[in-house]
Amino acid sequence: MQRIGVFVCWCGTNIAGTVDVQAVSDALKHEPGVVFSDNYQYMCSQAGQNMIIDAVKEHRLTGIVVCSCSPRMHEATFRKTAAAAGLNPYMVEIANIREQCSWVHKDMATGTEKAIILGKAAIAKVNLNAPLTPGESPVTKRALVIGGGIAGIQTALDIADAGFPVDIVETKPTIGGKMAQLDKTFPTLDCAACILTPKMVDVAQHEKIRIFSYSEVESISGFVGNFDVKIKKRARFVKEDVCTGCGACVEKCPMKKVPNEFNLGMDNRRAIYIPFAQAVPKVATIDPNACNMLKNGKCGVCAKVCTAGAIDYKQKDEIIEEKYGAIVAATGFNPISMEKFDEFAYNQSKDVITSLEFERLTNAAGPTAGKLLRPSDGVHPHTIVFVQCVGSRCASCAEKGKEYCSKICCMYTAKHAMLTRDKYPDTEVYVFYIDVRTPGKSFDEFYRRAVEEYGVKYIKGMVGKVSPEGNKLKVQASDLLNNRQLHIDADLVVLAAAIEPDKSARPLATMLTASMDTNDFFTEAHPKLRPVESPTAGVFLSGACQGPKDIPETVSQASAAAAKVIGLLAKDKLTGNPCIANPDEWMCNGCSSCEKVCPYGAITYAEKEFRMPNRTTAIRRVAQVNPAVCQGCGACTVTCPSGAMDLRGFANSQIIAEVDAICK
Amino acid sequence: MQMKEHKPLIVAFCCNWCSYAGADLAGNNRLNYPADVKIIRVPCSCRVNPMFVLRAFQRGADGVILCGCHPGDCHYTSGNYYTRRRMALLFSMLDYLGIERERTRVEWVSAAEGAKFAATMNDFVETVTALGENKRLEDLRCKK
Amino acid sequence: MQKINREVLLEKAVALLESNTVSCVLGWRAGEFDYDVTPFVFTDAADLKANFVWNDFCGANFSKYLVAKTRKHEGKILVFLKPCDTYSFNQLLTEHRFDRERVYVVGVPCEGMADINRVKSIAGDGISKIEFEADAMAVSTLYEDAPIRVSYADALSERCKNCKSKKHVAYDELLGDAGDVIDSNRFDEVEALEKMTPDERFAFWQKELSRCIRCNACRDACPACTCEKCVFDNPASSLENKAPANSFEEKMFHIIRAFHVAGRCTDCGECSRVCPQNIPLHLLNRKFIKDINEFYGEYQAGAEVGSRAPLIDYTLGDLEPGEVFDRGDR
Repeated sequence: MQRIGVFVCWCGTNIAGTVDVQAVSDALKHEPGVVFSDNYQYMCSQAGQNMIIDAVKEHRLTGIVVCSCSPRMHEATFRKTAAAAGLNPYMVEIANIREQCSWVHKDMATGTEKAIILGKAAIAKVNLNAPLTPGESPVTKRALVIGGGIAGIQTALDIADAGFPVDIVETKPTIGGKMAQLDKTFPTLDCAACILTPKMVDVAQHEKIRIFSYSEVESISGFVGNFDVKIKKRARFVKEDVCTGCGACVEKCPMKKVPNEFNLGMDNRRAIYIPFAQAVPKVATIDPNACNMLKNGKCGVCAKVCTAGAIDYKQKDEIIEEKYGAIVAATGFNPISMEKFDEFAYNQSKDVITSLEFERLTNAAGPTAGKLLRPSDGVHPHTIVFVQCVGSRCASCAEKGKEYCSKICCMYTAKHAMLTRDKYPDTEVYVFYIDVRTPGKSFDEFYRRAVEEYGVKYIKGMVGKVSPEGNKLKVQASDLLNNRQLHIDADLVVLAAAIEPDKSARPLATMLTASMDTNDFFTEAHPKLRPVESPTAGVFLSGACQGPKDIPETVSQASAAAAKVIGLLAKDKLTGNPCIANPDEWMCNGCSSCEKVCPYGAITYAEKEFRMPNRTTAIRRVAQVNPAVCQGCGACTVTCPSGAMDLRGFANSQIIAEVDAICK
Repeated sequence: MQMKEHKPLIVAFCCNWCSYAGADLAGNNRLNYPADVKIIRVPCSCRVNPMFVLRAFQRGADGVILCGCHPGDCHYTSGNYYTRRRMALLFSMLDYLGIERERTRVEWVSAAEGAKFAATMNDFVETVTALGENKRLEDLRCKK
Repeated sequence: MQKINREVLLEKAVALLESNTVSCVLGWRAGEFDYDVTPFVFTDAADLKANFVWNDFCGANFSKYLVAKTRKHEGKILVFLKPCDTYSFNQLLTEHRFDRERVYVVGVPCEGMADINRVKSIAGDGISKIEFEADAMAVSTLYEDAPIRVSYADALSERCKNCKSKKHVAYDELLGDAGDVIDSNRFDEVEALEKMTPDERFAFWQKELSRCIRCNACRDACPACTCEKCVFDNPASSLENKAPANSFEEKMFHIIRAFHVAGRCTDCGECSRVCPQNIPLHLLNRKFIKDINEFYGEYQAGAEVGSRAPLIDYTLGDLEPGEVFDRGDR
């Protein structure tokens, strides 16, 4: 039996004005377990707290009920008081007789009556309280960043600059991501490579950063502070530490007809290749699907020309196992496939291109060395039609597009249109749009410049059909503001394709037990207040894997994620919330219902041997809760049919005791 | 004989993050609602076991209301979605057993909706008062 | 009359037992009367040949037995499962209640099982012998000289009249032909109740549930009720109570039981079959199934292993609890 002390606060007249505090403390004196009951003007004051400490000592109290303001206000205060008195802080319960009683009821009699009932409920609960101790777990002081685009690069640099080792895993042979493919960046029009490649070099040279390029995450287990990760380093058939990146092999490789992914297939590369001049790591990679030596043993030219002896045709995939304290998902985005958008004739004409392809066409390092030429015949286009929202904001065409706004297209289309007009003033440029969305610093000014200074023709309306005829593209569109149909003979049509999360995100989310929305964007722990954290503790989100983002936003989110990671890694031990789920192994059926409702992946299963009736034993599957991961929501407790799963601090028996006390 | 006006007993389960804070806000703004409402704090609306609801009725509650964060705003991301399914099915079952459907309710109240909290409670108390005493699920042995 | 007869089952069981493919056979043997066949674990072929029974009263759903029997017996267990039993079997596998590798499932087609109460309502009490003829049962009683003929259709139990599937969703081997999921009218009675006024519904359930004697037979037979320790037996749960002392308790018991199996109940009908008080308990479970189908889309528990039960799932646009009552004609 507990020895409970009840302390009724007047809160000046805030409570005492509508509640007869003396009557409350007198009435509660006779409740089961109560050995002391008194009232005081301000329980939260130093004098009030001392009164509690003295009473604990004098009456050997084991539990405390404070009838006062909301626990959201002073629960922490009174827990500290209990700790100061030598009690476990979780032996305190608060009866909220201010916000939920004296302030909402006017009549002294009803207020007093309700305050007594609330006090009884708190007493009933504290009778069943047990001392709770927060669990502690160590922290591995190393972070893993999955994805080496600008998001991953920024996050890794920030974490490494704070002194913690970081590994970047990138599936491509080089880091850099989408930003490396871009020409100029809005709204300042500085070249993407000029601002990105120095950062890539920083990453390569940072002593705290390791890059696993051409690699992927194979498996993840563990929990916040203690993740075990297996990384598969795919064989690139070139010894990374030996290759100097001189490019002699690439020059001599006879296999010249491999579509170049970096230029989106608009030109070719060799079977051995370095994606682009500033690649990091600047190491050649052999494409096993294209290399004759690897396919049928006939060639070997690259090995002969490599003076460093870096070529290794026998190289195997390698599995690297490493421990991490925090994981950052930075898997980025891709434009959606245009295959299903027949109306724009993407499959029929080479001169219908996506905006990312347009970036490559205008990039000095691209397939046309920066000259804007039609892919079909290499002629300079004189009429260009840009189509916005291709597959974005597409509620009615969910099977081929996306419901959401891809966010970046308005701005990059304005950029494309402006740059085209700037470089080739003889070009007519049309932009078809639903709305132009420019909420960002200097964004609307940028768009206005495109219209006003550069004479880009913005037309509100959608393009209905693009049909190739001869060397022209007949564009049929509506002009909603003038309510008329337009027919334009275009030389080039550029589609602002919606963006979607990278395909690797979904399997990664499964490995991380991180949640995703229906579009496969990672879900944040709280949409407003915890936007860079996943609900799964220790997993953080950086860049477009969380939602469409432009570069400035990506970078700020990347740094924010890094700050969260640093905050985690700076701790030697993690102290958990002790009010967590707590399974009774004897009663657990091992049915996995709780595991499925847990939003944090805190529940796992273990096979355990149990003594059963009649001197038999049975191996049973039972739930285990990871105290470092559980947040104490209680979803599992209700889903458990046998009631094996309970919640510390809000146990079934405690809540039922409160119900009973209220209904008595 | 003068009939004494029936004062209903209402048990309200409020999630710690939104609705309990909403109730606090109702207090801060001195928005009145009947003292018949007694609040039990739970971490999340998904902590409310149907057993608790039945227990309240068994012990003589006349109405039970659950309040949680609005769908999409759950502190634990998905708790209230489970609550929504569980309570939709439980309440439908209680209705099927002939328990007046007006005695049970789920309401989403955010931490900013003090006014909604008070209005909801006023409305619920009024509804339950009109129904009179709960006899159908009450364990008569529990009455004093 | 079952299309596949005892000899076919027996031959299969003996062959599997003698070849040591299985170590025991979960089957039926005669009880005190011809209609109370009893589940039994045979380990010996001679015993099996002598005592194995298969007739229209073999209604028990054996899937639940596998939880305990796989713990008790070494080796593989041969189990005969009717189509409806296989749904429970899958549901138990979904919940990891036993190891699939430890079980050898022989699917038995089912023509529907007889309900002894229906037989008694035609033939009267004092049944001394039942013989299974091609088109009807010949029921001898203590009070009539000649056996009374009861057609199989007349003897058919409620759950079999409203059979939802003749398809085996799990088996290692199938005797006879594969069946299909069939249309059934199993929700008609639920609908009829829904159309009543709350007072009528309350009166209906008051009458039905007040007969409950809390024998726990429904729980003990239910293949979804396989908890290691039932909340109603657990003093710590605040729900423990043994005997009904008040009309409330059986309601509480049955509501909570139905809720605990909601989304997991395959509608096998064992609860109503075993109820000694003939309470139509399946109407509670079917209400949940019907609601789930209507609110969240058609869902059949146990149709496949590993499916996510509706109560441990959600969609962002789910119905609000308040909207439940505002739909359509209700």
